[in-house]
Amino acid sequence: MPAVTGPEIERLIQLLARVPGLGPRSARRAALQLIKKREQLLAPLADAMRVANERILTCTTCGNVDTVDPCTLCRDERRDPTLLVVVEDVADLWALERAQATNGFYHVLGGVLSPLDGVGPKDLALDRLVARVAEGRIREVILALNATVDGQTTAHYVTELLAPHGVKITRLAHGVPVGGELDYLDEGTLAAAMRQRTAL
Amino acid sequence: MEWRDEGIVIGVRRHGENDVVLELLTRERGRHLGLVRGGRSQKLRPVMQPGNAVDAVWRARLEEHLGEYRVEATAMRAARLIDDPAALYGLGHLAWLVRLLPERDPHPALYETLGIVLDALGDVRLAAPLVVRFELAVLSELGFGLDLDECAATGARTKLVWVSPKSGRAVSAAAGAPWRDRLLPLPGFLSAESRGLMPTTEDVLAGFRLTGHFLERHVIDPRGIAPSEARGAFIAAAARER
Repeated sequence: MPAVTGPEIERLIQLLARVPGLGPRSARRAALQLIKKREQLLAPLADAMRVANERILTCTTCGNVDTVDPCTLCRDERRDPTLLVVVEDVADLWALERAQATNGFYHVLGGVLSPLDGVGPKDLALDRLVARVAEGRIREVILALNATVDGQTTAHYVTELLAPHGVKITRLAHGVPVGGELDYLDEGTLAAAMRQRTAL
Repeated sequence: MEWRDEGIVIGVRRHGENDVVLELLTRERGRHLGLVRGGRSQKLRPVMQPGNAVDAVWRARLEEHLGEYRVEATAMRAARLIDDPAALYGLGHLAWLVRLLPERDPHPALYETLGIVLDALGDVRLAAPLVVRFELAVLSELGFGLDLDECAATGARTKLVWVSPKSGRAVSAAAGAPWRDRLLPLPGFLSAESRGLMPTTEDVLAGFRLTGHFLERHVIDPRGIAPSEARGAFIAAAARER
């Protein structure tokens, strides 16, 4: 498609199109909206992005992203220091925080073992995890990893890695989601739910 | 171009936000890749797990194109294996082995064997000797088959207890005695005499040492690829079953 605007706006559209959830057409609409609301939207957004770019840090303790290091979660003294939740990605950490599902501290692995993508143990933040557990304060490690073959292979690998430290290791349950109807669930999930049934 | 075939999921790679590139070992067309639109959806994600069997329809304008798959699950093995570390390591190693095969090169016998090995993965004692056999089958399909039925020196077909690390041919106890330090042990369950017997753990580990040597010699070293990390973990799990 021939460009209908100058290179600066085309570049803005191209960059917006790389944001998850936006394609070339929606990026064009978003760019147009930003340009139309230049003072209310474009300038504050550009400023916020510049500030974020300058200040964002990766927490050296847990791997979360924040503007302070250690991050806000790692500084929170109300959290349970005996509980450590291991997640694949920062997005998973944010999802658990949104759900207020746990009061423990977090550890972001930065991925899962995946031979196809060439991700091995050295590519994950496992040394840091072992070091945190070796400090001795943690009593339980919750492996909040995806219920995929790669996610669970990683969970078993981490379990073996932490076994010498004698901490309790748990993982998220697999089964029927809230609002899920049995008729529509795949047989694998149903079988897992049946195996992990709990007493009422 | 359009065809329909059954396949086993070997791996999945993200493609954009919603799609995936699916890698299947199909019965008639071998290892074959294709794009699955919406492969990251909640409905398709459970299907796109290694080990699952699918009914696949592949479509493309030209044969050499990546093409698109439409898949429907026929056996959801991954969910059954996901709680078992040994099974997951085995699954990872089998996927690594299948990836050694060239793309779009049919290996129907290997496809059949893979299905059998995957079904046995829940029981590591049963699965481990099958994985050894699968490694031998992959070596054979790659053109590096071992001859374990006849002594390379005497032609004898009994009392075969060694394998030459160079030729990959069996050697009988008598003929191999002077070179026993240089030969690889041939576990009974791989020789024609005792085929079909349930092997001991020691036999299985000897089998893995044998196939490991030839995988390294013929595949890993010449191709300069990293060895399968899952293999070591699976062998360790098999060794714990003493």
